[in-house]
Amino acid sequence: MDINCIFLKVIYALIVIGVLMGLAAYSVLGERKVSAWIQGRVGPNRTAIPLLAKIPVLGPLLRSLGIWQPLADGLKFLFKEDPMPGHVKKAYYLLAPIIVLIPALSTVALVPFGMNYATQEPLGLANIELGLWVIFALASLGVYGIIIGGWAANSKYPFFGGIRSCAQLISYELLMGLSVLPVILWVNGPGSDVGLNLGGIAQAQEGAWFILIQPLGALLFLIALFAETNRLPFDMPESETELVGGFHTEYGSFKFGFFFLAEYAHMLVGSAVFTHLFLGGWNFLPWLNAPWGATFFGTVCSVFWFLGKVLAMMFFFMWVRWTLPRFRYDQVMQLAWGRLLPLALLNLVFYTLLAAY
Amino acid sequence: MATKVVQRKPLSWAERTYLPQIFDGLMRTWKAMFKKPVTLQYPEQKPSIPGDYRGIPTLVKDPNGREKCVSCQLCEFVCPPKAIRITPGEIPYTDPNAHVEKAPKAFEINMLRCIYCGLCQEVCPEEAIFLKNAFSLSGYTREELVFQKDKLYELGGSQEDHHFKWDKKKAAAEHSEKH
Repeated sequence: MDINCIFLKVIYALIVIGVLMGLAAYSVLGERKVSAWIQGRVGPNRTAIPLLAKIPVLGPLLRSLGIWQPLADGLKFLFKEDPMPGHVKKAYYLLAPIIVLIPALSTVALVPFGMNYATQEPLGLANIELGLWVIFALASLGVYGIIIGGWAANSKYPFFGGIRSCAQLISYELLMGLSVLPVILWVNGPGSDVGLNLGGIAQAQEGAWFILIQPLGALLFLIALFAETNRLPFDMPESETELVGGFHTEYGSFKFGFFFLAEYAHMLVGSAVFTHLFLGGWNFLPWLNAPWGATFFGTVCSVFWFLGKVLAMMFFFMWVRWTLPRFRYDQVMQLAWGRLLPLALLNLVFYTLLAAY
Repeated sequence: MATKVVQRKPLSWAERTYLPQIFDGLMRTWKAMFKKPVTLQYPEQKPSIPGDYRGIPTLVKDPNGREKCVSCQLCEFVCPPKAIRITPGEIPYTDPNAHVEKAPKAFEINMLRCIYCGLCQEVCPEEAIFLKNAFSLSGYTREELVFQKDKLYELGGSQEDHHFKWDKKKAAAEHSEKH
């Protein structure tokens, strides 16, 4: 590989990370707006950039949509005092936000985000055969950050948050793996070389999406996804009404910003994975051919169609968050081990038999 | 004590999966998303204030622009937190309102002491002091929040008058002088 190629890869990686960070920042805005709409409020509508606000119609419109709010939020995180409580275990306290953020950002490398019709290959940073497996492996590393953060804070509520996330993540990691297996079985029929490649799984859904073939598997995976990304109704590690702020109670300023960003980056990657596994990736609609041709324009369209699906999933995440109350901790455990896991096993057995015949 | 046992039906299979309820809840929030927000954009939009609201105490003028206060000092005496201080003064003979005889030379209300009880408005025989609808008050210094006469008149403006007491008095005096 010559130096030019490496340079190009670095540029691509920076673009993808930039887009992911931007989307995560705007997801925070989306979260605030969606919560406001559901609760009969207006949401952020004050932030304005002095000169841009003067543009006749566009300026006030952007202002009322809160378009500049993420900028203000980011600046706030940057300029706030960075507290270092006296009672924390310093090295781990500093390490935790980094451990949370790195897996959240690195998983995006494994997610393809469109179809390159010129080469007939999925567009993505690393189009490797074990894509899904690597994503699961990396994503589950994020929980170490949460546990270390909760422990390093050296105070009781963050500690509870860390413990809860530990137990919850282990249970739902199992469920997640089991609910995905039928899809992988389905894709890897005799003579197929898809493996665990997300792009290949998406391509296999040109006809029916897997949410139609395996609705139960999709539901189980979705539930596991909610638990894995610590979103309501499973936001045990944070549960701000019980544990103050959960594992990040003792964090402030940019270190808290890291946790915050990581949560939304996690959600975005999770939405992307769900889209690939069950919502047909960049395929247009079930049983319908894409209206765009196999051209460069088609490639761009497939990227935007995929992003649209991911954003719709993000909206669903937020919609659920502002609708449902939180499960009790023991109920979360009971649900996972007592109900969902047997269901996932049955689902696996059923589709194994179905695929065999 | 008689207790009533509430009969609860056991949950059906569908109810125990939670899913229909979750779907129902999602539909509710979906509908709520398209309702008009109830937010009042405060500094730009003001809430509507009832007419008898007890806001900041102000001094008022009558429709002819005469200051109504005659510095009788009743409000000063009745004020529970002693927020009002009046320096009485005379109206000069050359003034068209000379027949009213007295007007405050200085009138100050210490808004840091005022408790918005409205006793000054209640006690005023001249209907000269009113608690109006301004409710938001702030300042940078203590001096700034001791309202002087001009500030109080600026806040109060003019108030409608049903009696024109002093005009009637003047007319009656002029009438009796003729006879």
